[in-house]
Amino acid sequence: MIKTTIQGFTTAVKGLLLTVRHLFRARKARTSLDIRDTHYFDKQQGVTTVQFPKQSMPIPEVARYQLDVEIEDCIVCDLCAKACPVDCIAIEAVKSPEAIGKTSDGSVKRLYAAQFDIDMAKCMYCGLCTVVCPTECITMTDQYDRSSTKLTDLIYGFAEMSDQEIAQRKEEWTKFQADKEAAKKK
Amino acid sequence: MIDLLIHIIIPLAIFSFIALFTLFAVYAERKIAGFVQDRLGPMETGKYGLLQTIADILKLLQKEFITPGAADKVLFALAPVIIFSAVFIGFSVMPWAPGFIPADTTTGLFFIMAVVSIDAIGILMAGWGSNNKYSLLGAIRAIAQMVSYEIPVGLSLIAAVMITQTLNLNDIAFNQGILATEQIYFFGLWNVTKVGGFFAWNILQAPHLIVVYLIFFIASLAECNRAPFDIPEAESELIGGFHTEYGGIRFAFVFLAEYAMMFLVAMLGVVIFLGGWNTPLPNIGALKLAEWTTGLYWGIFWTLTKSLFIVGVQMWIRWTLPRFRADQLMNLCWKVMIPIAFLCMAISGIWRILVMV
Repeated sequence: MIKTTIQGFTTAVKGLLLTVRHLFRARKARTSLDIRDTHYFDKQQGVTTVQFPKQSMPIPEVARYQLDVEIEDCIVCDLCAKACPVDCIAIEAVKSPEAIGKTSDGSVKRLYAAQFDIDMAKCMYCGLCTVVCPTECITMTDQYDRSSTKLTDLIYGFAEMSDQEIAQRKEEWTKFQADKEAAKKK
Repeated sequence: MIDLLIHIIIPLAIFSFIALFTLFAVYAERKIAGFVQDRLGPMETGKYGLLQTIADILKLLQKEFITPGAADKVLFALAPVIIFSAVFIGFSVMPWAPGFIPADTTTGLFFIMAVVSIDAIGILMAGWGSNNKYSLLGAIRAIAQMVSYEIPVGLSLIAAVMITQTLNLNDIAFNQGILATEQIYFFGLWNVTKVGGFFAWNILQAPHLIVVYLIFFIASLAECNRAPFDIPEAESELIGGFHTEYGGIRFAFVFLAEYAMMFLVAMLGVVIFLGGWNTPLPNIGALKLAEWTTGLYWGIFWTLTKSLFIVGVQMWIRWTLPRFRADQLMNLCWKVMIPIAFLCMAISGIWRILVMV
């Protein structure tokens, strides 16, 4: 009993000394914010808080944050939407009678992206879509602070086609199909 | 007429002091917690978050009175009033400066012990009236703890009173400095009646009183339900303990009482052991430091400084030590502190008979 009492008091004093040391060291803030600094982990003392909106930590250019799509390079293969574990990518494709063009890495585009929406509120930032993309047009960026008061603001649309254009392309495709059918019947 | 006005002004002054102290103490508490954990604490409201607690109290004042449907309405509404007034009345016998005391009673210390115990009833009312299992558990724990810890507090105070031979807090404070009416001996050896300063404080009048003060301090932490003895509130297990169901101004009063209690026990310890309003600076030959720093304003200054320092230590302890388990709490009280307190009381008696006379 006496032993545990004495031990209790000595450990309490040890703890108190530790906290008071931290209390006085809190006069200074940590200067190094970038984890890539060589001496980052040597500086363990001082306030570690980052006053976020006013101050931010440096991060790599391609970090695991919000997704971005380079729609010019997209062949609308739908692989990213299939790979997504939470189904946050919605793609609607419109077929084209002939090749539309080429992406920057030489893949042939045969589909129009009528709709390419990513719901960032659903996204779990796993990065699987960026892995499967054959043309590497879907990437993760360094943007993470996109808070908004409306949930729908977090659905990012990447398709650039207007409703009129979509209707026109659809019409083209149905016409092409109809012509093909007619050619078959002859 | 003048008397009546004074009787109104003094409680108002004490109340506004408690309110201001609470505003300041909550801010200080959060800042200390932050710094101890390498954080910054409140920073957004006002410069360095200085307006944070004012914003908090404004929010609490605007809130609706909510009484749970199953609650005992009378007990629920009455409990915060009783909890607060028990602590509030305790301030009435605390001396602030030489002769500057709201009520100069011969049994001041006894009165404080009596009214502060009423706090326990208020907590039980709050817990029972809420009709909520967490509140009731919190209240039961609080009662068990407060009743147990009343004993070491009482015993340590008796040990000190045996040396001072008076229950009047004003006289106790007077006899710890240069204004003493009796002879004061530092550790029973050196007459320091004319020297004053910290040599004349009760805690240094007999060596065992240091241990007594330690017991008083630890037990008083438990009395005001502060960490590491905060099992009645235990946020992580009992949500908020007895005040789980409270909101708005009622919660504000429970909170006010908690911080007022902290200051009250700190101040009681200061008055009985640490010289009350007496200066810590002694007279050194021609340098009459003690005489220069004794007076009405100096008295208030010293009382405040010492009490706030003790409150600071309470906060420091809160953010260092983890919470006690209920059985450890009882072990510490009944198996460690009460025997030591009894021993110290016996030493006090012997000291009084053999050394002081």
